[in-house]
Amino acid sequence: MISAEKIPNNVDLAGNKKLQRALEHWQPAYLDWWRDMGPPGFQDSHQVYLRTATSVDAAGWAHFDYVRLPEYRWGIFLAEPTPDRRIGFGDFKGQPVWQEVPGEFRNQLRRLIVIQGDTEPASVEQQRSLGAHCPSLYDLRNLFQVNVEEGRHLWAMVYLLHSHFGRDGREEAEALLERRSGNDDTPRMLEAFNEPIDTWLDFFAFTMFTDRDGKSQLLSLSESSLDPLARTTKFMLTEEAHHMFVGESGIARILERTCQLLRESGFSGDVRKHGGIDLPLIQKFVNFWFSQSLDLHGSEVSSNAAAYFSNGLKGRAEEDKFDDDHILAGNMYVLDLMDDSGLIIREEVPMRNALNEVLRDWYVGDCQAGVDRWNKRVLEAHGMSERITLPSRRFNRKVGVYADKHFDPFGNHLSTEDWERRKYEWLPSPDDKRYLHSIQATPVYQPGQFANYIAPPQRGINRQPIDFEYVRTEQ
Amino acid sequence: MTFETSPDQYKHWKLTVDGNVATLAMDVREDAGLRPNDYKLKLNSYDLGVDIELADVLQRLRFEHPEVHSVVLTSLKPRIFCAGANIFMLGTSSHAFKVNFCKFTNETRLGMEDMSAHSGIKFMAAVNGICAGGGYELALACDEILLVDDGSASVGLPETPLLGVLPGTGGLTRVVDKRKVRRDLADDFSTLVEGVRGKRAVDGRFVDAVYPTSKFQDAVARRALELAAMSDRPKSGPGITLGPLSPAIAGDTIAYKYVTGSIDRLKRTCELTISAPGGSEDPPLREMPTTAAQFLAAGDQSWAVRAFRELDDALLRLRLNEPEIGTIILRATGDPAAVLAVDASLDANKADWLVREIISGIRRTLKRVDLTSRSFFALIEPGNAFAGTLFELALAADRVYMIDHPDEANTVQLSVMNGGAYPMSNDLTRLQVRFLGEPDSVGKALTHDGPFDASAALAAGLVFSAPDDIDWDDEVRMAIEARAAFSPDALTGMEANLRFAGPETMETKIFGRLTAWQNWIFQRPNAVGERGALMTYGREGRPTFDFKRT
Repeated sequence: MISAEKIPNNVDLAGNKKLQRALEHWQPAYLDWWRDMGPPGFQDSHQVYLRTATSVDAAGWAHFDYVRLPEYRWGIFLAEPTPDRRIGFGDFKGQPVWQEVPGEFRNQLRRLIVIQGDTEPASVEQQRSLGAHCPSLYDLRNLFQVNVEEGRHLWAMVYLLHSHFGRDGREEAEALLERRSGNDDTPRMLEAFNEPIDTWLDFFAFTMFTDRDGKSQLLSLSESSLDPLARTTKFMLTEEAHHMFVGESGIARILERTCQLLRESGFSGDVRKHGGIDLPLIQKFVNFWFSQSLDLHGSEVSSNAAAYFSNGLKGRAEEDKFDDDHILAGNMYVLDLMDDSGLIIREEVPMRNALNEVLRDWYVGDCQAGVDRWNKRVLEAHGMSERITLPSRRFNRKVGVYADKHFDPFGNHLSTEDWERRKYEWLPSPDDKRYLHSIQATPVYQPGQFANYIAPPQRGINRQPIDFEYVRTEQ
Repeated sequence: MTFETSPDQYKHWKLTVDGNVATLAMDVREDAGLRPNDYKLKLNSYDLGVDIELADVLQRLRFEHPEVHSVVLTSLKPRIFCAGANIFMLGTSSHAFKVNFCKFTNETRLGMEDMSAHSGIKFMAAVNGICAGGGYELALACDEILLVDDGSASVGLPETPLLGVLPGTGGLTRVVDKRKVRRDLADDFSTLVEGVRGKRAVDGRFVDAVYPTSKFQDAVARRALELAAMSDRPKSGPGITLGPLSPAIAGDTIAYKYVTGSIDRLKRTCELTISAPGGSEDPPLREMPTTAAQFLAAGDQSWAVRAFRELDDALLRLRLNEPEIGTIILRATGDPAAVLAVDASLDANKADWLVREIISGIRRTLKRVDLTSRSFFALIEPGNAFAGTLFELALAADRVYMIDHPDEANTVQLSVMNGGAYPMSNDLTRLQVRFLGEPDSVGKALTHDGPFDASAALAAGLVFSAPDDIDWDDEVRMAIEARAAFSPDALTGMEANLRFAGPETMETKIFGRLTAWQNWIFQRPNAVGERGALMTYGREGRPTFDFKRT
């Protein structure tokens, strides 16, 4: 039964026959999917201390309580409307925003929403094995918070599909539950979402870097002329921020513990001997997930990106911070491209075609700020001379002008042979993965206890103590 | 711009009826073109106004003159039959106007061939002077061409050598397809400015016979009687009189008795609605006669005559006057049972000359829909009258949306009239064309017991989409908005490609080649550039061509 009580919302679900009808079919399918593909072993016999959004105001979006995962109240929220909001960029700049999908852009908008929507359940599927290997109840709870919020983000995209795209939208909403991360027959749409995330270092790097791509995308969609899409994604950003907090603080805590272990061993020993994660290994995960997430921004020169911007469907992240006319009809962007002989050449391309790269610029800056915090607050504070760095944008790319070519993390071109010989200097090797599996083999389920490779957080969730029982096992 | 006229307003044509033979004589008034300041209609050259009169007189011959069994088409001007479309008119017209003009003149000429094939009215061109370009194309539309052999009268298609364009009303196609002229002779003929005359014209099959001036009139009269004798039309009248349609026009709406059109300029759409009979206070037998005698008595007031004359007029106005209205939203409203009753009466009396003309009029109007370069979306909602003949309109549409309503009845129904009464230009019914890949579906649909609800219609392939009441508004709105945003040129080409699946006929070739070749040539600098042939003709001497072949 579809009720506003079970589905907290600010979209007048009770008065929206179209949405009720669509959800009557979709909601049970969603719960089936959650039971099938959500965290195994944590469905019915655990209570998790989770935040649930019950409204969009400050009091309502952070409501904490214990809940069984399948009983989580996934809701539908749009950020409060901006009165007389106008289109902020592209060919329709200055006109009133759209409350309905213009027929002309129906297919483009649907595609944007479906691609965004597909990543949400995908990440839940990717992360489903982690609960059995958690470093603490605090981290387990954070994992589940991320998972249920990715689920809510799926709901948000499905709300748009159900409300604005008719039968096609309902079919796409069903299909979002039918694709499976890593499945050969029905894979998720984007390649980065088909790799299992089976170590906690992967999870933290994923939430640091790939969820930050989610933030890029949500920021640019929150500029959209389609007001319901803009408002939906704006609210999603509040939740996405927590995911990046989990990633950034997770790696910071690993760095912290590594520094402690190094200090304890007099900076001479191999931290792996003490069950820690060495800095070069952390750097490899940064290299991998950062480059993977760069790919998610798409090709450097893209006609799709130009069309999305021109038509007002997808702006730049924080559009109003750009000091230009926001139309970009004649603007140019200087891009590093490669000629046939493999030489890097600078070329001017029309700005509208380069908007994926513009968004990537924003993304790289946002990542760098996070990396700088690690270096300053952890490595520098411990007196270490080593630093975590972001690899060159050319490194390990599968999409765009650097795909099918090889570069080291400093951007130097490599032959295929050199790359094959040296790639595990920069990317996680099977041995590295085996090591990580070995140190997370035994999960830590005691309140206040932490695996040896990670430091405790500085504070608990919602002002609870660190040894709070964030996940409770029911007898 | 209106397409309605009547004999008392004709400026360019004289109709005389003598027994079973009508003589339709062209006598174009030079100063009475539609834009008299831009061009003079010299040498019996024509513009759209001349052709509107021709279309009108042909329509009246069908309905008002059952006693006419053959028509002699000739000229009242000495030594000139017809010089074709006025070149200065073409040179000063927009591309869209030229295309519309050609389309209309083609429909009129094909209408003559339709009269010959279906109405028992044969045509003879009595070519009593120079007959060039569109003039010869007019002659080609006749069953026979008699040419006076006076040493100067000729037939020719000088467009290529003289104007750098093509004959726009099927001339080249008819020369080889209808008159079966050998291709090398046709090639030679099509490059001659002066055309051919006398024996050479007969030998090449460009005309059927030539006669010296002294014997020409007798020969024409004799042959006209022979052609008339082949007819199955009644020996004498009366027919029915086609009165004015007198639509009420207010702003962007036009309201006839059964048809209303309403334009939304922002969305570039026209909602065109045709209502079933039975909604007015007319005596039922006048609106819906059941016997041939009743059809005759009802005159132009029976629904089957009037509603489709109105639709035809609305389409013509839209085509010419509203080039930016790209999407036409078709609805049929009223009692479908009344439409089915009309269909039964039409079918029962189809052997009658008048009912045959009525069916033929509907057929030609439906073809006009097929040939109209606008997107047609039919919307089938509760209260619709898409049954039988009116369902043919849905079949003519590019997309059909039918609401699958849980509470309100919404059905469509076929009748015997969907089974062959209204073939398209390709001689197939719309159902046959629709189901070219699944021929069994035609019979299944026609023998379906009773009406189709939305899901049955969807399953039978009769409609494109059947959204329910919750989805309907959004689905339809977005489909129409999406359509309006596409390139109008691409849509015209796309629709023309998709509408006429199946075999080619002379008719489909004429329209297809008009759309593809003639329209292309009309746009090219070699025709309409500053030094293009059409622009320099009669003014600045030789054109300058870009000689690269495309």
